[in-house]
Amino acid sequence: MSNDKLIIAGQAYTSRLLVGTGKYRDFDETKRAIDASGAQIVTVAIRRMNIGQDPGQPSLLEVLPPSQYTYLPNTAMCYTAEDAVRTLRLARELLDGHDLVKLEVLGDPNTLFPHMPETLKAAEILVRDGFKVMVYCSDDPIQAKLLEEIGCVAVMPLASLIGSGMGILNPWNLKLIIDNAKVPVLVDAGVGTASDAAIAMELGCDGVLMNTAIALARDPLMMAGAMKKAVEAGREAWLAGRMPKKLYAASPSSPTTGLIS
Amino acid sequence: MSTTREFILNGQARRLDAGICVARLLEELGYAGKRVAVEKNGEIVPKSRHAATLIEAGNRIEIVVAVGGG
Repeated sequence: MSNDKLIIAGQAYTSRLLVGTGKYRDFDETKRAIDASGAQIVTVAIRRMNIGQDPGQPSLLEVLPPSQYTYLPNTAMCYTAEDAVRTLRLARELLDGHDLVKLEVLGDPNTLFPHMPETLKAAEILVRDGFKVMVYCSDDPIQAKLLEEIGCVAVMPLASLIGSGMGILNPWNLKLIIDNAKVPVLVDAGVGTASDAAIAMELGCDGVLMNTAIALARDPLMMAGAMKKAVEAGREAWLAGRMPKKLYAASPSSPTTGLIS
Repeated sequence: MSTTREFILNGQARRLDAGICVARLLEELGYAGKRVAVEKNGEIVPKSRHAATLIEAGNRIEIVVAVGGG
């Protein structure tokens, strides 16, 4: 399995589980959960520094050094292409030119559903500006293909709404996206428990991105470990090639002759 | 004519000290050497230009950092 690496923008990763850094109790829990998950790629948000706050406090980058983890700055809470582009340019400056980013442009504060026209607009600008864009999107196969054609390095369709924990609501659309994609497809948003992650991988996803599923579990460290195994198990099942599903299967696994009577 | 000179830092008015540059402001805030990104009037001020970029009255300065997020 060590040869089965996740390749994004020419970089190889052994872990197919990507994890967000939000919603944890504190930095200590954040670091422990991420390490328990085995994730190598972590998302972060870009926000105004807190002017009143004691600058002597450890920062996220000190707890999770960019030298040890691959950072994926996001555009959470951006509702326009302009805001998303501005945010990621600031992120690139902050991270000394690091240009692998997560693009998300939201359309509605209640559902946090992606605004696809603004997402496409932002993607075009960012790709032209040299960014390597992993893009959060709806599970619409046409939109996903358009984003790939724009030059995004990965497409990341939602399983269900951000933070909802509902799991994969439309595996058929996900499969359509996977079958037609020439770039990695990662499920991002809506994963709630381990089986959701395994199912995503069994459908043929290249990876899974999650945050709430781990951070809001009763035991985040334990859930992080479960997710690590789920992504590995799902991937292995996918590579092994599952048996077909048949409605009237009725195919016994034991001999049909030599029965006592 | 008012002699109070101010600029806007992260949405809040702040007194402007004459001749202050971005690097000095970061020092004052305790953020020298920390990973930040700075914008002046909507344009990014690269790290290499922090010492050379002066802050003027009415400037909108944004200083951002990386925080936890999904």
